[in-house]
Amino acid sequence: MKQKGWRDLPAGSVVLEGGSAVKFKTGSWRAFRPVWKEENCIHCLFCWVYCPDMAVKVKDGKRAEFDYDFCKGCGICELECPGKKGKKAIVMVEEGK
Amino acid sequence: MAKVVAVTGNEAVANALRQVNPDVCGIYPITPQTDMMQRYASYISNGKVDTEAVLVESEHSSMSACIGASAAGGRVVTATSSQGLALMWEMLHIASGDRLPIIMPVVNRALSAPLNIHGDHSDAMGARDTGWIQIWSENGQEAYDNTIQAFKIGEHMDIRLPVMVCMDGFIISHSIERLEYLEDAEVKNFVGEFKNLYPLLDLDKPKSYGPLILTDLYHEYKRAQHEVMLKTKDVVLEVAKDFEKMSGRKYGLFESYRLEDADIGLVILNSAAGTSKDVIDEFRAGGIKAGLLKPRLFRPFPYEEVAEALKNTKAVCVMDRADSFGGYGPLFMEVSSALYQLKNRPALINKIYGLGGRDYLPSHAELVLNELKEIADGGKIKIFKEYIGVRE
Repeated sequence: MKQKGWRDLPAGSVVLEGGSAVKFKTGSWRAFRPVWKEENCIHCLFCWVYCPDMAVKVKDGKRAEFDYDFCKGCGICELECPGKKGKKAIVMVEEGK
Repeated sequence: MAKVVAVTGNEAVANALRQVNPDVCGIYPITPQTDMMQRYASYISNGKVDTEAVLVESEHSSMSACIGASAAGGRVVTATSSQGLALMWEMLHIASGDRLPIIMPVVNRALSAPLNIHGDHSDAMGARDTGWIQIWSENGQEAYDNTIQAFKIGEHMDIRLPVMVCMDGFIISHSIERLEYLEDAEVKNFVGEFKNLYPLLDLDKPKSYGPLILTDLYHEYKRAQHEVMLKTKDVVLEVAKDFEKMSGRKYGLFESYRLEDADIGLVILNSAAGTSKDVIDEFRAGGIKAGLLKPRLFRPFPYEEVAEALKNTKAVCVMDRADSFGGYGPLFMEVSSALYQLKNRPALINKIYGLGGRDYLPSHAELVLNELKEIADGGKIKIFKEYIGVRE
């Protein structure tokens, strides 16, 4: 993609569209990766609510896979996950392992 | 029809703001500005304006509230002095970087420590590099006129920058002078309806202010900001021309006083320029060709024009009511940069005067002009930078 020159920029670095964060993939920052264990998931969607970005996907009202393009590995989803019978549906695994 | 009144600088500027009737005003008290915003708060309470007052807990919050209101799409004002301006520092950069045309009278006051409430230029000079347009005012009339013009400059669609209108604390803010007010309708018509550029409250067109911009584009945004400053000079002159048509009062990038054929000259900001002009008249009466240059637009600084105005002088003293300790006074640095581009340039010295409201007296101007006369007559410069009016 050709980068813009200074004459082409909107005044005041204002972003003139909504939802533009989709274009800015931030997943590469991650040191720990959340892994979804479907068998322990009760589809409460706490992880979807608490995710500070948009790394948790929902399909037909049910929890779907992570979108790792936007997951920075903060671990909030793991912390908030109530799991099933004492077993978490989200566990953090070190990247590269 | 102009109305002639006897008012203080604070009162005059508060009245200018009333005549413009902005949407939002961030209010926090600080001497010597307090009285201005107090008067404005009375206008709000008495239903003279439609402005929404945001009473905040600090100047940092005041500027933050102004930034929010301006990005939302309002015409926004606040006012401050000294420590208040210093506390706004990081937000000043955000206001200019976001290109929000906030208008802010700054009633110049010394900075602590030691604590001092009186007039000097340390506060606004400290905000030199914040990306705000700075317009300086000699007296209450100029502060009033500059405040009205500031709206048209900052809000100009090619500019969209915040503007500080500077005037000397107490000397101007609290002294009663004869002033000419414009009619409310004239001011209203002059500043016109506020036009938006990228209002956040236009919900059909969602947008974001203040994104993270790293090595890929930050340099380009700053280059663009510099370009806008370069355009500002022309807009200031254009607005001044319109203002002259309405008021009969003429403004430029700076005031040249008896400078055309001058051998020696003073460069001096704000109220002290008035005192100096009297002394220059005395020197002229004595056959000495003295003149004065009083900058009005300090940011952006009109380097070429200042150089042009001073190029035929033999010796010039730049008088600073602020100091860059270990360096030269801030105004001296600008004038020095302007003159360096000339092939034949005058000898240049720097005097620091009037810090913390120390009186600037005609005798000080006499002393400096006599020294310049000696230098112009072939004498050597004894000292480049010197404090005057200081006890040894």
